[in-house]
Amino acid sequence: MNQYLSIFLKSMLVDNVVLIQYLAICPFIGMTSDTGKATGMGIATTFVIILATAVTYPLFYSVLVPLKLQFLETLVFILVIAALVQLVEFYLKKSIPGLYSAMGVYLALITTNCAVLGTTLNCISKNYNYVQSLVYAAGTACGFLLAMTVMSGVRERISSSTVPKFLQGKAILFITAGLLSLSFLGFSGLIK
Amino acid sequence: MAKNNRFAAFVNGIVKENPLLVLSIGLCSSLAVTTNVFNGIGMGLAMTFVLIMSEMIISLFRRQIPEDIRLPIFIIIIAAFTTIVQLLLNAYIPSLSDALGVFLPLIVVNCIIMGRVESYASKNKVLDSVLDAFGMGLGYTWVLFVISLVREFLGSGTFFGIRVLPEAYTIAFFSRAPGGFFVFGLLTALTLGISKAAAKKGDAK
Repeated sequence: MNQYLSIFLKSMLVDNVVLIQYLAICPFIGMTSDTGKATGMGIATTFVIILATAVTYPLFYSVLVPLKLQFLETLVFILVIAALVQLVEFYLKKSIPGLYSAMGVYLALITTNCAVLGTTLNCISKNYNYVQSLVYAAGTACGFLLAMTVMSGVRERISSSTVPKFLQGKAILFITAGLLSLSFLGFSGLIK
Repeated sequence: MAKNNRFAAFVNGIVKENPLLVLSIGLCSSLAVTTNVFNGIGMGLAMTFVLIMSEMIISLFRRQIPEDIRLPIFIIIIAAFTTIVQLLLNAYIPSLSDALGVFLPLIVVNCIIMGRVESYASKNKVLDSVLDAFGMGLGYTWVLFVISLVREFLGSGTFFGIRVLPEAYTIAFFSRAPGGFFVFGLLTALTLGISKAAAKKGDAK
Protein backbone atom coordinates (compact mmCIF):
# COMPACT_ATOMS: atom_id res chain seq x y z
CA MET A 1 0.00 0.00 0.00
CA ASN A 2 2.75 2.34 1.06
CA GLN A 3 4.57 1.68 -2.17
CA TYR A 4 1.53 2.66 -4.25
CA LEU A 5 1.01 5.80 -2.24
CA SER A 6 4.60 6.84 -2.82
CA ILE A 7 4.33 6.19 -6.59
CA PHE A 8 1.14 8.24 -6.66
CA LEU A 9 2.54 11.20 -4.74
CA LYS A 10 5.83 11.08 -6.61
CA SER A 11 4.17 11.19 -10.02
CA MET A 12 1.66 13.82 -8.96
CA LEU A 13 3.79 16.29 -7.00
CA VAL A 14 7.51 15.52 -7.00
CA ASP A 15 7.72 14.72 -10.73
CA ASN A 16 4.76 16.83 -11.76
CA VAL A 17 4.15 16.09 -15.41
CA VAL A 18 3.93 19.69 -16.58
CA LEU A 19 6.05 21.69 -14.19
CA ILE A 20 8.93 19.31 -13.59
CA GLN A 21 8.90 16.87 -16.50
CA TYR A 22 7.96 19.48 -19.14
CA LEU A 23 5.32 17.32 -20.78
CA ALA A 24 2.11 18.75 -22.20
CA ILE A 25 3.24 22.38 -22.16
CA CYS A 26 1.06 23.17 -25.19
CA PRO A 27 -2.34 22.74 -23.46
CA PHE A 28 -0.80 24.19 -20.29
CA ILE A 29 -0.07 27.46 -22.09
CA GLY A 30 -2.81 27.35 -24.72
CA MET A 31 -5.87 26.20 -22.79
CA THR A 32 -5.55 27.84 -19.39
CA SER A 33 -7.04 31.22 -20.26
CA ASP A 34 -10.19 30.38 -18.31
CA THR A 35 -10.76 28.03 -15.41
CA GLY A 36 -13.71 26.17 -16.91
CA LYS A 37 -11.87 25.26 -20.10
CA ALA A 38 -8.74 24.29 -18.20
CA THR A 39 -10.62 21.98 -15.84
CA GLY A 40 -12.54 20.41 -18.73
CA MET A 41 -9.33 19.72 -20.59
CA GLY A 42 -7.72 18.43 -17.40
CA ILE A 43 -10.50 15.97 -16.64
CA ALA A 44 -10.71 14.71 -20.22
CA THR A 45 -6.94 14.18 -20.28
CA THR A 46 -6.97 12.43 -16.91
CA PHE A 47 -9.48 9.96 -18.27
CA VAL A 48 -7.51 9.31 -21.47
CA ILE A 49 -4.14 8.92 -19.70
CA ILE A 50 -5.48 6.23 -17.37
CA LEU A 51 -7.36 4.44 -20.15
CA ALA A 52 -4.38 4.56 -22.51
CA THR A 53 -2.07 3.09 -19.90
CA ALA A 54 -4.59 0.37 -19.06
CA VAL A 55 -4.66 -0.65 -22.73
CA THR A 56 -1.08 -0.16 -23.94
CA TYR A 57 0.62 -1.92 -21.03
CA PRO A 58 -0.92 -5.40 -21.62
CA LEU A 59 -0.54 -4.86 -25.36
CA PHE A 60 3.20 -4.29 -24.97
CA TYR A 61 3.81 -7.34 -22.81
CA SER A 62 1.42 -9.77 -24.49
CA VAL A 63 1.90 -8.82 -28.14
CA LEU A 64 5.05 -6.81 -28.76
CA VAL A 65 7.39 -8.65 -26.38
CA PRO A 66 6.58 -12.23 -27.55
CA LEU A 67 6.96 -11.09 -31.16
CA LYS A 68 10.21 -9.22 -30.32
CA LEU A 69 8.78 -6.03 -31.78
CA GLN A 70 9.59 -3.73 -28.85
CA PHE A 71 11.14 -1.19 -31.21
CA LEU A 72 7.70 -0.53 -32.68
CA GLU A 73 6.32 0.70 -29.36
CA THR A 74 6.16 4.37 -30.38
CA LEU A 75 4.27 3.58 -33.56
CA VAL A 76 1.88 1.11 -31.96
CA PHE A 77 1.19 3.24 -28.89
CA ILE A 78 0.36 6.39 -30.80
CA LEU A 79 -2.03 4.46 -33.05
CA VAL A 80 -3.70 2.81 -30.05
CA ILE A 81 -4.08 6.18 -28.35
CA ALA A 82 -5.54 7.78 -31.47
CA ALA A 83 -8.00 4.90 -31.91
CA LEU A 84 -8.90 4.96 -28.24
CA VAL A 85 -9.65 8.66 -28.28
CA GLN A 86 -11.89 8.15 -31.32
CA LEU A 87 -13.76 5.31 -29.59
CA VAL A 88 -14.27 7.31 -26.42
CA GLU A 89 -15.58 10.18 -28.53
CA PHE A 90 -18.11 7.92 -30.31
CA TYR A 91 -19.18 6.31 -27.07
CA LEU A 92 -19.72 9.59 -25.26
CA LYS A 93 -21.59 11.10 -28.20
CA LYS A 94 -23.98 8.15 -28.26
CA SER A 95 -24.54 7.42 -24.59
CA ILE A 96 -23.66 10.47 -22.48
CA PRO A 97 -24.32 13.48 -24.74
CA GLY A 98 -24.17 15.87 -21.78
CA LEU A 99 -20.62 14.89 -20.94
CA TYR A 100 -19.71 14.85 -24.62
CA SER A 101 -20.74 18.44 -25.14
CA ALA A 102 -18.64 19.43 -22.14
CA MET A 103 -15.58 17.37 -23.00
CA GLY A 104 -15.89 16.57 -26.71
CA VAL A 105 -13.96 19.51 -28.10
CA TYR A 106 -10.93 18.66 -25.98
CA LEU A 107 -10.89 14.97 -26.80
CA ALA A 108 -9.64 15.43 -30.36
CA LEU A 109 -6.72 17.51 -29.11
CA ILE A 110 -5.65 14.91 -26.59
CA THR A 111 -4.26 12.53 -29.21
CA THR A 112 -1.34 14.87 -29.71
CA ASN A 113 -0.95 15.64 -26.02
CA CYS A 114 2.52 14.42 -25.20
CA ALA A 115 1.59 13.62 -21.59
CA VAL A 116 -0.48 10.67 -22.81
CA LEU A 117 2.17 9.05 -24.97
CA GLY A 118 4.85 10.04 -22.47
CA THR A 119 3.09 8.34 -19.57
CA THR A 120 2.49 5.10 -21.46
CA LEU A 121 6.13 4.98 -22.56
CA ASN A 122 7.38 5.84 -19.06
CA CYS A 123 5.42 2.94 -17.54
CA ILE A 124 7.30 0.56 -19.82
CA SER A 125 10.73 2.12 -19.30
CA LYS A 126 10.32 2.20 -15.51
CA ASN A 127 9.59 -1.57 -15.46
CA TYR A 128 6.43 -1.13 -13.40
CA ASN A 129 3.94 -3.96 -12.99
CA TYR A 130 0.34 -3.49 -14.10
CA VAL A 131 -1.03 -2.07 -10.85
CA GLN A 132 1.98 0.19 -10.38
CA SER A 133 1.52 1.50 -13.93
CA LEU A 134 -2.11 2.33 -13.30
CA VAL A 135 -1.25 4.12 -10.06
CA TYR A 136 1.54 5.99 -11.86
CA ALA A 137 -0.87 6.97 -14.64
CA ALA A 138 -3.47 8.15 -12.14
CA GLY A 139 -0.86 10.20 -10.28
CA THR A 140 0.47 11.78 -13.45
CA ALA A 141 -3.04 12.59 -14.60
CA CYS A 142 -3.95 14.21 -11.27
CA GLY A 143 -0.73 16.19 -11.45
CA PHE A 144 -1.75 17.47 -14.88
CA LEU A 145 -5.21 18.43 -13.64
CA LEU A 146 -3.65 20.19 -10.65
CA ALA A 147 -1.21 22.14 -12.79
CA MET A 148 -3.94 23.19 -15.25
CA THR A 149 -6.25 24.38 -12.48
CA VAL A 150 -3.57 26.27 -10.59
CA MET A 151 -2.27 27.93 -13.76
CA SER A 152 -5.74 29.01 -14.89
CA GLY A 153 -6.40 30.48 -11.44
CA VAL A 154 -3.17 32.43 -11.54
CA ARG A 155 -3.90 33.62 -15.07
CA GLU A 156 -7.23 35.07 -14.00
CA ARG A 157 -5.37 37.15 -11.46
CA ILE A 158 -2.76 38.18 -14.01
CA SER A 159 -5.44 39.38 -16.42
CA SER A 160 -6.67 41.92 -13.86
CA SER A 161 -3.27 43.26 -12.86
CA THR A 162 -0.62 45.32 -14.60
CA VAL A 163 2.17 43.31 -16.14
CA PRO A 164 5.57 44.94 -16.83
CA LYS A 165 5.51 46.16 -20.41
CA PHE A 166 8.29 43.94 -21.72
CA LEU A 167 6.70 40.80 -20.31
CA GLN A 168 3.22 41.35 -21.70
CA GLY A 169 1.73 38.55 -23.77
CA LYS A 170 3.19 35.09 -23.66
CA ALA A 171 6.37 35.90 -21.77
CA ILE A 172 4.63 36.45 -18.44
CA LEU A 173 3.04 33.00 -18.75
CA PHE A 174 6.43 31.35 -18.87
CA ILE A 175 7.73 33.37 -15.95
CA THR A 176 4.61 32.35 -13.99
CA ALA A 177 5.15 28.73 -14.98
CA GLY A 178 8.75 29.08 -13.82
CA LEU A 179 7.64 30.32 -10.40
CA LEU A 180 5.08 27.52 -10.10
CA SER A 181 7.73 25.04 -11.10
CA LEU A 182 10.06 26.48 -8.49
CA SER A 183 7.44 25.93 -5.81
CA PHE A 184 6.90 22.36 -6.99
CA LEU A 185 10.64 21.75 -6.63
CA GLY A 186 9.95 22.16 -2.92
CA PHE A 187 8.10 18.85 -2.96
CA SER A 188 11.29 17.01 -3.85
CA GLY A 189 12.03 16.26 -0.19
CA LEU A 190 8.62 14.66 0.26
CA ILE A 191 9.60 11.16 -0.81
CA LYS A 192 12.93 9.54 -0.12
CA MET B 1 9.31 35.32 -58.68
CA ALA B 2 9.09 31.60 -57.92
CA LYS B 3 12.61 31.78 -56.59
CA ASN B 4 11.64 34.57 -54.24
CA ASN B 5 8.69 32.56 -52.95
CA ARG B 6 10.90 29.58 -52.25
CA PHE B 7 13.33 31.76 -50.37
CA ALA B 8 10.44 33.19 -48.39
CA ALA B 9 9.20 29.68 -47.55
CA PHE B 10 12.65 28.89 -46.24
CA VAL B 11 13.19 32.05 -44.18
CA ASN B 12 9.64 32.07 -42.86
CA GLY B 13 10.30 29.44 -40.21
CA ILE B 14 13.57 30.90 -39.01
CA VAL B 15 12.28 34.24 -37.77
CA LYS B 16 8.83 35.42 -38.82
CA GLU B 17 6.89 32.28 -37.98
CA ASN B 18 9.40 30.72 -35.65
CA PRO B 19 7.57 27.68 -34.27
CA LEU B 20 8.79 28.14 -30.72
CA LEU B 21 9.04 31.86 -30.15
CA VAL B 22 6.17 33.14 -32.27
CA LEU B 23 3.72 30.27 -32.70
CA SER B 24 4.46 28.72 -29.27
CA ILE B 25 4.09 25.14 -30.43
CA GLY B 26 6.33 22.16 -29.77
CA LEU B 27 7.52 23.60 -26.50
CA CYS B 28 7.83 20.46 -24.39
CA SER B 29 10.96 19.04 -25.93
CA SER B 30 12.57 22.45 -26.29
CA LEU B 31 12.51 23.05 -22.55
CA ALA B 32 13.25 19.55 -21.35
CA VAL B 33 16.39 18.68 -23.24
CA THR B 34 18.15 22.05 -23.21
CA THR B 35 20.23 21.60 -20.08
CA ASN B 36 23.32 21.42 -22.26
CA VAL B 37 24.27 22.47 -25.78
CA PHE B 38 25.03 18.97 -27.05
CA ASN B 39 21.57 17.67 -26.18
CA GLY B 40 19.92 20.83 -27.49
CA ILE B 41 21.55 20.56 -30.91
CA GLY B 42 21.04 16.79 -30.99
CA MET B 43 17.34 17.18 -30.37
CA GLY B 44 17.13 19.99 -32.94
CA LEU B 45 18.77 17.88 -35.63
CA ALA B 46 16.70 14.76 -34.84
CA MET B 47 13.55 16.84 -35.05
CA THR B 48 14.66 18.53 -38.30
CA PHE B 49 15.33 15.14 -39.88
CA VAL B 50 11.86 13.83 -39.01
CA LEU B 51 10.27 17.08 -40.17
CA ILE B 52 12.03 17.09 -43.55
CA MET B 53 11.40 13.44 -44.30
CA SER B 54 7.74 13.55 -43.25
CA GLU B 55 7.02 16.73 -45.20
CA MET B 56 8.76 15.29 -48.25
CA ILE B 57 6.90 11.97 -48.24
CA ILE B 58 3.53 13.51 -47.47
CA SER B 59 3.91 16.20 -50.09
CA LEU B 60 4.94 13.51 -52.59
CA PHE B 61 1.77 11.51 -51.95
CA ARG B 62 -0.53 14.43 -51.24
CA ARG B 63 -2.82 13.56 -54.16
CA GLN B 64 -3.08 9.88 -53.19
CA ILE B 65 -3.87 10.33 -49.49
CA PRO B 66 -7.66 10.30 -49.00
CA GLU B 67 -8.94 13.45 -47.30
CA ASP B 68 -10.99 11.64 -44.63
CA ILE B 69 -8.26 9.51 -43.13
CA ARG B 70 -5.34 11.84 -43.69
CA LEU B 71 -4.55 12.42 -40.01
CA PRO B 72 -3.97 8.75 -39.12
CA ILE B 73 -1.82 8.40 -42.23
CA PHE B 74 0.25 11.45 -41.27
CA ILE B 75 0.72 10.03 -37.78
CA ILE B 76 1.93 6.69 -39.12
CA ILE B 77 4.42 8.36 -41.46
CA ILE B 78 5.75 10.63 -38.71
CA ALA B 79 5.94 7.72 -36.25
CA ALA B 80 7.88 5.64 -38.77
CA PHE B 81 10.55 8.33 -39.19
CA THR B 82 10.68 8.92 -35.45
CA THR B 83 11.35 5.22 -34.92
CA ILE B 84 14.12 5.38 -37.53
CA VAL B 85 15.78 8.28 -35.67
CA GLN B 86 15.36 6.45 -32.37
CA LEU B 87 17.06 3.31 -33.71
CA LEU B 88 19.86 5.27 -35.41
CA LEU B 89 20.70 7.29 -32.31
CA ASN B 90 20.49 4.21 -30.14
CA ALA B 91 22.99 2.45 -32.36
CA TYR B 92 25.46 5.26 -33.11
CA ILE B 93 25.17 7.90 -30.35
CA PRO B 94 23.80 5.97 -27.34
CA SER B 95 24.79 8.75 -24.91
CA LEU B 96 22.57 11.25 -26.73
CA SER B 97 19.72 8.78 -26.95
CA ASP B 98 19.93 8.19 -23.20
CA ALA B 99 20.03 11.90 -22.44
CA LEU B 100 16.99 12.68 -24.60
CA GLY B 101 15.10 9.75 -23.08
CA VAL B 102 11.36 9.82 -23.56
CA PHE B 103 11.54 13.04 -25.57
CA LEU B 104 12.95 11.20 -28.56
CA PRO B 105 9.82 9.06 -29.16
CA LEU B 106 7.75 12.12 -28.28
CA ILE B 107 8.83 13.75 -31.56
CA VAL B 108 5.76 11.93 -32.94
CA VAL B 109 3.37 14.13 -31.03
CA ASN B 110 5.36 17.32 -31.54
CA CYS B 111 2.79 19.81 -32.73
CA ILE B 112 5.30 21.48 -35.09
CA ILE B 113 5.46 18.45 -37.37
CA MET B 114 1.74 17.74 -37.38
CA GLY B 115 1.02 21.43 -37.89
CA ARG B 116 3.39 21.90 -40.82
CA VAL B 117 2.38 18.66 -42.48
CA GLU B 118 -1.30 19.52 -42.25
CA SER B 119 -1.07 23.17 -43.18
CA TYR B 120 1.84 23.16 -45.63
CA ALA B 121 3.08 19.84 -47.00
CA SER B 122 -0.37 18.47 -47.82
CA LYS B 123 -0.98 21.48 -50.10
CA ASN B 124 2.39 22.34 -51.63
CA LYS B 125 4.97 20.93 -54.03
CA VAL B 126 7.76 18.66 -52.82
CA LEU B 127 10.61 21.18 -53.17
CA ASP B 128 8.65 23.92 -51.39
CA SER B 129 7.73 21.54 -48.59
CA VAL B 130 11.32 20.44 -48.09
CA LEU B 131 12.44 24.07 -47.94
CA ASP B 132 9.69 24.87 -45.48
CA ALA B 133 10.75 21.92 -43.34
CA PHE B 134 14.37 23.07 -43.51
CA GLY B 135 13.41 26.56 -42.37
CA MET B 136 11.18 25.35 -39.57
CA GLY B 137 13.78 22.82 -38.43
CA LEU B 138 16.47 25.48 -38.46
CA GLY B 139 14.17 27.87 -36.57
CA TYR B 140 13.61 25.18 -33.98
CA THR B 141 17.27 24.25 -33.71
CA TRP B 142 18.63 27.78 -33.26
CA VAL B 143 16.19 28.53 -30.45
CA LEU B 144 17.16 25.26 -28.77
CA PHE B 145 20.81 26.22 -29.20
CA VAL B 146 20.34 29.62 -27.59
CA ILE B 147 18.30 28.26 -24.66
CA SER B 148 20.76 25.47 -24.00
CA LEU B 149 23.71 27.86 -24.32
CA VAL B 150 22.31 30.11 -21.60
CA ARG B 151 21.23 27.22 -19.38
CA GLU B 152 24.49 25.33 -19.68
CA PHE B 153 26.58 28.45 -19.09
CA LEU B 154 24.68 29.59 -16.02
CA GLY B 155 23.61 26.19 -14.73
CA SER B 156 26.77 24.16 -14.95
CA GLY B 157 29.32 26.74 -16.09
CA THR B 158 30.38 24.84 -19.17
CA PHE B 159 30.19 25.14 -22.94
CA PHE B 160 30.02 21.82 -24.85
CA GLY B 161 31.34 20.25 -21.64
CA ILE B 162 34.36 22.59 -21.45
CA ARG B 163 34.48 24.53 -18.20
CA VAL B 164 34.31 28.30 -18.68
CA LEU B 165 32.94 29.35 -15.30
CA PRO B 166 34.33 28.09 -11.97
CA GLU B 167 31.94 25.69 -10.29
CA ALA B 168 31.45 27.97 -7.30
CA TYR B 169 29.80 30.59 -9.53
CA THR B 170 27.22 28.34 -11.17
CA ILE B 171 23.49 28.68 -10.46
CA ALA B 172 21.96 25.20 -10.31
CA PHE B 173 18.52 26.78 -10.69
CA PHE B 174 19.08 27.11 -14.44
CA SER B 175 19.70 23.45 -15.06
CA ARG B 176 16.62 22.46 -13.05
CA ALA B 177 13.06 22.67 -14.36
CA PRO B 178 12.13 26.28 -13.44
CA GLY B 179 15.22 27.69 -15.17
CA GLY B 180 13.95 26.43 -18.52
CA PHE B 181 10.68 28.31 -18.14
CA PHE B 182 12.49 31.50 -17.12
CA VAL B 183 15.02 31.47 -19.94
CA PHE B 184 12.31 30.71 -22.47
CA GLY B 185 10.03 33.43 -21.09
CA LEU B 186 12.79 36.04 -21.32
CA LEU B 187 13.67 34.90 -24.84
CA THR B 188 10.04 35.31 -25.94
CA ALA B 189 9.92 38.76 -24.39
CA LEU B 190 13.14 39.68 -26.19
CA THR B 191 11.89 38.47 -29.58
CA LEU B 192 8.60 40.26 -29.15
CA GLY B 193 10.42 43.45 -28.16
CA ILE B 194 12.74 43.27 -31.16
CA SER B 195 9.94 42.59 -33.62
CA LYS B 196 7.91 45.47 -32.17
CA ALA B 197 10.87 47.82 -32.46
CA ALA B 198 11.44 46.65 -36.03
CA ALA B 199 7.77 47.25 -36.87
CA LYS B 200 7.96 50.77 -35.44
CA LYS B 201 11.02 51.50 -37.54
CA GLY B 202 9.18 50.21 -40.60
CA ASP B 203 6.26 52.51 -39.86
CA ALA B 204 8.51 55.52 -39.46
CA LYS B 205 9.92 54.95 -42.92
